[in-house]
This record gives sequence, C-alpha cells and structure tokens, in this order.
Amino acid sequence: MIHILLSRWRQGYRTLRYPKELPPLPERFRGLPVVDAKLCPADCRICEEVCPTEAIVIDAAGPRIDLGRCLFCPDCTDACPTGAIHTTKDHRLATRQREDLRVGSGEELHLAQALDAELMQLFGRSLKLRVVSAGGCNGCEVDVNVLGTLAWDLGRFGIQYVASPRHADGILLCGPITANMELAVRKTYEAVAEPKLVLAVGACAISGGPFFRQSEQLGGAASVLPVDLFIPGCPPHPLTLLDGMLRLLGRLKQEGRLPTKAAK
Amino acid sequence: MSGTLFAPCRNGQALPLKDVPELELASFQDEIIRAVSEGQRLACLCADAELRVFAVLAEDAASRLWIARTRLDRPSCPSITPQCPQAHLFEREMAEQFGITFVGHPWFKPLRFHDSWVEGRDAWGRTDPLEPGVLDFFRVEGEEIHEVAVGPVHAGVIEPGHFRFQCHGETVYHLEIVLGYQHRGIERALVGGPHALSLKFAETASGDSSIAHVWAYCQALEALAGVEVPSRSQWIRGVALELERAANHTGDLGAMAGDVGFLPTSSFCGRIRGDWLNLTAEICGSRLGRDWLRPGGLGKDLKPEVAWRLISRLSRTWKDTRDAVELLWDNASVLNRFEVAGRVDPIQAREIGLVGVAARACGIDLDVRKDHPFGPYASHPIETGKAQSGSAHSRAWVRWQELGGSHGFLSKAFEELTELSPDPRPPKLPSLAADSCCVSLTEGWRGEVLHLAVTDGQGRFARYKIVDPSFHNWFGLALALRGEQISDFPLCNKSFNLSYCGHDL
Repeated sequence: MIHILLSRWRQGYRTLRYPKELPPLPERFRGLPVVDAKLCPADCRICEEVCPTEAIVIDAAGPRIDLGRCLFCPDCTDACPTGAIHTTKDHRLATRQREDLRVGSGEELHLAQALDAELMQLFGRSLKLRVVSAGGCNGCEVDVNVLGTLAWDLGRFGIQYVASPRHADGILLCGPITANMELAVRKTYEAVAEPKLVLAVGACAISGGPFFRQSEQLGGAASVLPVDLFIPGCPPHPLTLLDGMLRLLGRLKQEGRLPTKAAK
Repeated sequence: MSGTLFAPCRNGQALPLKDVPELELASFQDEIIRAVSEGQRLACLCADAELRVFAVLAEDAASRLWIARTRLDRPSCPSITPQCPQAHLFEREMAEQFGITFVGHPWFKPLRFHDSWVEGRDAWGRTDPLEPGVLDFFRVEGEEIHEVAVGPVHAGVIEPGHFRFQCHGETVYHLEIVLGYQHRGIERALVGGPHALSLKFAETASGDSSIAHVWAYCQALEALAGVEVPSRSQWIRGVALELERAANHTGDLGAMAGDVGFLPTSSFCGRIRGDWLNLTAEICGSRLGRDWLRPGGLGKDLKPEVAWRLISRLSRTWKDTRDAVELLWDNASVLNRFEVAGRVDPIQAREIGLVGVAARACGIDLDVRKDHPFGPYASHPIETGKAQSGSAHSRAWVRWQELGGSHGFLSKAFEELTELSPDPRPPKLPSLAADSCCVSLTEGWRGEVLHLAVTDGQGRFARYKIVDPSFHNWFGLALALRGEQISDFPLCNKSFNLSYCGHDL
C-alpha cells in the first residue's frame, strides 16, 4: 500500500491544463497545410501528382487541398519546388461540413460551429459516445483512447465513451467502413436513441483514407450515416480530436486557439 | 537441415526466382511437414493468381530461412493442416484469395469474407453476397452447454471481431475467433506496385506497428533495388522500432492492470504510453512514426541536437514507467490473477507456431532481432524477454523485460547519435530487380512481421504477402481460453493484444 501511495506522489498531477493552455506540440508536428498560390510556378502540377490520396486538385486559383483526404504526410511539401505548400503547427482542423475541408490558397478553414440551441441543451454538458472501429488501421483508435487517459481526462468536459449504443448520444466512427462492417455500423447507429450525432474521425472515416480506391470499403462514414463533425488526420492528434469535440459543444471561445505569436 | 530441397536465404536478401527451387507438389508438402516436425516454423505459405505457391520455413536457432515454391495444375490440392497445424490459416487464406480447395482440411471455412481474387473461382462455390461472420461454427453439444456470441462491435475502443464461446456454466470449452471485419484489401492493392500508396499500406497494415511493417517493406525494396542503407540510418530505424515497442508494452501492462482492477498502474501507464509516443513525435512529427522511414533510409532524420535533448526525456519517461510497472510485481492480488489466467501449453504453442511475446512467454526462444538480425541489431544486440509458464503473467513479464531492453538500446543510441552527423537524404530508389523475391522480417512489439515480395518481369510486385504476428497468434488466444472462465476473457485478450487489421489486411 505504501508503495502505491509513494508512486502516486512521485507520478504527480499530470492532467494537461488544456484548454486554458495549449500543450507543447513537437517541432515537426504536421498540422494544417496551407497553400500560397502566388509562389506556384506556371503550369506546375507536382503536388497534385505526388499526392498519394488525390487530396490536391489544381484549378485556376491554384492548388486546393482536401483535408478530408490528406494523410498529413510530407510528400507534397517535400516535392514542392518553391515552398508554396507548407504545413503549419495549427492543430485545429475539424469542420461541420465535408465541403469546408477543401481549402484553397488564401482561404480560411471554417472550423466547426457549435450545435444548435436545442441539441446543445441536450448534449452540451454531457455527451456519451459509442466508438465504432470500421476498417482502419487502429491508429485513430490509439489516439481516441488516449483522450480517456488522465493526461487528457476527457471526462472533465462531460464527454465519455460508453459500452453500448443504447447508452450513447452518438457514434464516433473510425475507418473507411469496410463492406464487412456496413451492417454492424448501421445496426449500431439504429440502436442509438434520437436525436443522435455522428463524428467521423480520421482520413479513412472522411474519405476512405489510403484505401479510397479499394472496393472492399465504402469511402467513409458519410456513405452510410449523416455526419455531424469531420475530424481530419492520419490519425488526428489527440489535441485535434479534442478541439473538434469541444467546438461542437461550443466549449471553445478564445481558449484553445493558437497564441498569436505561433500563428504567424 | 541436411538434404533439404528448399533453398537457404537470409533475412532481407534478394533472390532471383530461378534460384528458388520449384518442387513437385508432393515433395513440397512433404518437406514442409518434415521440417516443421523437426522444429522449424512455417513462417509463410502463400499463393498467387497463377497458382504458384511459396513457402518460407524458419530455422531460427540456426539463423536460417528456407524458401521453395510449387505450382498447382488445378485449384485443388491435399491439405497439410492435419499433419502440420501451422498451415491451418495459411490454407484457409489461399482458399479464399484464389479459390483453391484444400482437400481434407479439418476446418475449411472462409477467413476474411471477401470475394476471390480470381473471378468465378470460389473455394466454396459461393455466389450470393458474402455475409461476414456467418459460418459453420464448431459447437459443443450437450445438456446445459450454452453459446456466447460477442461482437463484431465491442464494448470498448477496440477493433471489430466476432468471438463465439462454447461454455458450460462459467467454463469455456472452446472459443472460435472470426475476423475479417477490418478487411480493406491491402494485399490485392499491392499487386503491380510499388506505387505512391504502397508505403502508406505498409504503414497502415497495422497502425500501432507502423514502424515494424514499414521497415519490413523498406528492407524488401532496398534488397530488390540493391541499395545499402547507411549504418547511422539503421541505428535510427532501431530507435523508431524500440520506441514503438516501449509505448505499446507500457500501454499493454497498464491495460492488463486495468483488467484485474489494479488502477494505479493502469492509469499511470495510460499516460506514460503517451509520453513514449510523444518521443516518437518529437523526432518525426507523428506519434505513430508515420513517414519516419523511407525506402533507402529515413524520411525524417534524427538530428544530433534532438538526440541530445531526448536523453533527459527518455530517462524521465523510463523512471515513470519503472515506477508504475514495478507496483505490479509487488502486489499479491495482481500476481495471483496474472499467474492463473490464460495459460497456453508450451508444446501446443510450438505446434501452432506462436511468435513474439506470446511465444517467448512459453519458453520458446524466438526473436527476429536475435535470430535473423536486421538493421542495427547484429552489431547492437538487444536483450529479449523470456518466461516459461505461458500464462498471462509470463506475457506481462516478457513485456517488462523487453521494456528494459528497449530502454537500454535507446539510451545508448541517443548518446551515440549526438556524435554522428546526419546522412544525406536517400535518393529515389532505382527500379526493383525483375523476376526476384525477398523475404523481409522484423520483430515488431507483438512479434515477427514478415513481408514476402515477389516481382514480375518488369520489377513490379507480382505478389506482396504480409504476415502480421497476429496471424500466427490469434489461435493461441483461443487455446489460452480453454478451461478458463469467460470473465477472464478481457485479461487473456489483453495479454495477447493482437491486431485485427493486421490479420484482416
């Protein structure tokens, strides 16, 4: 017993002060990618060609990045001859609409708006989620799980993962939805009482991710369910996940934004 | 192995296909049965669309691999599973992928519930849309026998799979594990590669073992392209793999503590696992080590000043880990639960060909880093874990020993890497040798990861086979449950912590 108490004392209080303070992100963290089309050489399509998931499309206004397809890998930034594409350390990526994830040069990402007043009254202070894993690589699940540890302590925001869809207010879905999981996903969703939310987490759940060409999968959560929140990443950093959930619940105002210094 | 018909090969060696003996089916199968009965392991058995069948045998104690192939003249052949249980899932896999019937297979059922790669050739003659998890389960009959069905969707943040228990009261007589829900067609998509997505497929074959898989992938490509990786880059790959191991072993020990209701270690380790992942992120930007390794070397180098900075973080993380995990060995109620749960008989473990942590927990001295050294492990040997009893306790203890090994390796690496200047960025890989193959092994935190690349006349993948350690080990979990209480399933399951997506691919 004494060893346990001593350990407890040594391990200390380690819950992050987020959202009052942003936890430090690694130097090489790859957050929001941004495009400056002014730097693009004429007729250059290198980024579009090297992107393994066809996340970049070049139109008259320059490259447009689909964050829902993006794996946040360095293939485009490494290949770009002029630095017109680079990743920032901005961890905030979640949106309410699929269309909002397609961001062009000079455009701002429309981050997720809070739920409407009625849903907010229901879920704002207590949101129970059933996590369903449907064909990804278990990478998103790793960081979804991490939010439950005492470093992030998801419970203090009133958000909790529950064991049954009957106890849930919504589904947090990872993976592209394989053909083999379609029925299970539909049944789980049906078992959740109305009104209910769907959170699509990670590139797979938004667009099929690296598996987008495979006929063994359906191309993401929206192919089967109405999605209320899209959280990009491969996998999303726990901070990106939490930011998305808290925005949905209207819990982030000024807090949780990057300090102006780092944003520059 | 004297008088063998198979050709010897080393881990990560490119071999022209003409040097891979093509045997008659009967002698090919006899040789596998004989070699396995003499203590070798069937590390891989796979087919391709042209009904070529490749086998890789591992003679671990002698640090040798053996390879051979045969060609079927029709999609049907005798099953060797009755004489060689290690072939069980490999034969079911070949049947499902290429419509090959294995006559006399005692458990001839689908594995992942997908269509055959060869249109119109299905081993079971299935024509209706496939229903995952619908099959002829092994059933125990009798008065008071009942069946418990769990999944595919489970009660935690965990991948999908179906478990069918045959019980009498609380006692489990038999557990059948049915997977395939995570099947997204990785192997089929790798045919014709390498392409822009193939590295991503390696990274996401089993996302918590990204480094182990991507290293096996890189090693195969480098061998086939005839590229040498600088020794400093190999050191750093070792750092990547050992950080991955440390993070997952820490998480598993915490989760096992949680499953016996010992909350201090459970909650400390949950957080400390994140500290290990953050060390990985500090070096390459991603907590799971994505884009750290590239064919030819590294995608993200570990600069000397970062190595210097990480020395103190590593020692803090290790101190916290030790403090949290050692509580387990000091607590009688934890030890009591660990020691009696989930025992796998060491003889059966050999018969079914367990690998990795689960094998070492049964006294089977097996570790790719030691037996078939790759990267830095020949010049920097690492302490591997070992235990005897085959229980959940042994699996926990092996993890704990290996955490110590990884920590030792990492502290030495970080110190030496502060002295060495970065390697140049790897150039684009030349094209792969045509009509060749390569067996590439690494030791992930679960166990042996095997990639077998076979190229065609243009140097593209004619077949790319991935064997995740979970493929060998899921049946071990089923055996561990025999005679157990169903309420101990979570603990037994966690003590293996196998990958669903790595199995389903």
